[in-house]
Amino acid sequence: MILADTFSGDPAFNHGLSAWAWLIVVVKVLVVFVALQGLVVFMIMFERKVIGRLANRPGPNRAGPNGWLQAVADGLKLFVKETLVPSTADKFVYRLAPVISLVAAFVTFAIVPVGGVERFGTYSTRLQMADPPWGILLMLMASGIGVYGVMLGGWASGSKYPLIGAVRASAQMVSYEAALGLTVATVVLLTGSLHTSAIVAAQHGGFLYHWNIFRAFGAPAAFFFIAVTAEMTRPPFDLVEAEEELAGGYNVEYSSVGFMLFYFAEYVAVITNSAIFVTLFLGGPDGPHIAGTDVGPLWFALKLLVMLYIYVWMRATLPRLRYDQLMDLGWKRLIPGSLALLLIVAGARISWRWGLAALAGSILAFVLLAQAIDVGRAQQEGEGMLSELDAP
Amino acid sequence: MSLITNNKFVNFFKGFAVTGKQPAKPMITVQYPEFKRPKPERSHGRHVLNRYEDGMEKCIGCELCAGVCPARCIFVRGADNPPDNPVSPGERYGFVYEINYLRCIHCDMCVEACPTEAITESKLFEFSFTNREDAIYTKSELVVDDAGKPKVMPWEDWKPGDDKNTSAWVRATAPSGRADLEGVPLWSGELGYGVRPAQAGQSDAASPEYSADFDISMRDAESAELRGAGVSAERNVRPGGPS
Repeated sequence: MILADTFSGDPAFNHGLSAWAWLIVVVKVLVVFVALQGLVVFMIMFERKVIGRLANRPGPNRAGPNGWLQAVADGLKLFVKETLVPSTADKFVYRLAPVISLVAAFVTFAIVPVGGVERFGTYSTRLQMADPPWGILLMLMASGIGVYGVMLGGWASGSKYPLIGAVRASAQMVSYEAALGLTVATVVLLTGSLHTSAIVAAQHGGFLYHWNIFRAFGAPAAFFFIAVTAEMTRPPFDLVEAEEELAGGYNVEYSSVGFMLFYFAEYVAVITNSAIFVTLFLGGPDGPHIAGTDVGPLWFALKLLVMLYIYVWMRATLPRLRYDQLMDLGWKRLIPGSLALLLIVAGARISWRWGLAALAGSILAFVLLAQAIDVGRAQQEGEGMLSELDAP
Repeated sequence: MSLITNNKFVNFFKGFAVTGKQPAKPMITVQYPEFKRPKPERSHGRHVLNRYEDGMEKCIGCELCAGVCPARCIFVRGADNPPDNPVSPGERYGFVYEINYLRCIHCDMCVEACPTEAITESKLFEFSFTNREDAIYTKSELVVDDAGKPKVMPWEDWKPGDDKNTSAWVRATAPSGRADLEGVPLWSGELGYGVRPAQAGQSDAASPEYSADFDISMRDAESAELRGAGVSAERNVRPGGPS
């Protein structure tokens, strides 16, 4: 039932559940799987090279032509290293956790439309692994599961530091998941469908003009971008790992393949979430035809590359947030902001009067919230947390 | 106006402009093993034992270097010069001379202690030996050859021109510290080089040879090839030397 639902949107199954249709699905899965792995290797090198240039240095340039094989060399090195399992670790969960992270990162790409509908002989199929009715919710599901990888990894290490790191990480991810879900709901409201193919189709027609990034004054795009960056713990929200000052987090007890899988999952998440951003806000494969043909995948790749560059640029520029700043941004700004946005958009979908009413209500709520935050801050400064702890 | 120029939100994106502009600037990285920046004239490296212009060794075996060495890495034994074939001008010469580079800290105190300028330091620091025997340089390895050039061990990475500054450690200033002796060579000549010219004095601020800010001056002096291909060497040149 679930399987049938998952592929019901695929026109390859218009002629029934034939072997050829399944073959198309399998080929698509394999292509996406392999392409994502290649993209990860590319992304690691792209990041190191671009960060190097942004910091006025060449980046790695020794391994292979101009250093582009450095990521492969690093991967090989990690692979042949000794796998250390702490004696206090829960061995099964310890080995399982990186895989959970990796699968959660990979699975999101299934719903990303890379292009339109393509014909292969009698069969036509979407350039998209699956177009299930629950669509974009898969992304929220996957990022929810991703938290388990981090949490279980830290817990199963059987050591207190990974546990502390895991708690820090999962608190961050759970906090931003709320804002993420609310902004995704806003986009779904704007489009009227959970299908990613429908979300992309709604942005078609008129390059740039119909893209969701310009709808609702760009607020959903901005909120989603911040939330998703925090969700996948990219800089400036990377205090989950924070090599420089915290010397790691949930993954400190991991070495060799386990560490590599976590690392890999992180970069897969960057790519899939960039792809989701392209899908939701940049029109997916939408773009002008070149020489009369629809070159959707090309536009998609270009937009993906721009997104990846922005992530690298952010990493090269922004200092890491403090933990309280991170939580403030998540709970006091992003969640109320995206909630208000959802209400305003929902109201505006009914009529402009409802929209204005929601806007007025939101402004009122924000004034109250600002007051509440001020009161809370004054209280904290008066009898702050530290003085409370010191009290006998 | 200040609302725009000093706005938190605007400043946030100004930060992106700062990093975004970097790729347009030349890289300051020097591709090290292939290209090397010129070394400072007074950097301390592997020692050499110098010889006079007539080929005589300068070392007289006085062991002052060994006495002053804080790391106790120098071992010297002097012996009387054979009358028919003297090694050094004078009564005695360095019969045994060993420096243990596992201990040497390159403080240059031996060079300062030496009464005859026999031991000086070259600028060579790239000599990674792989066993303890190689670490101990004996006299035959330290004394310059008949052309006055330092002997090159297989594990040493000399580049052309590195032997130029093997000696004359006080070339910029007067040995006595007297200003009127600045620029006057008060040191003996060497095999293959003669009396090395005096550096411009340290009171000569305009001299490019003397710079308190070596990095800046070297950066200006370096050509693009030091940084690899396709990078121009245009940098801000600090005017007027050290301030």
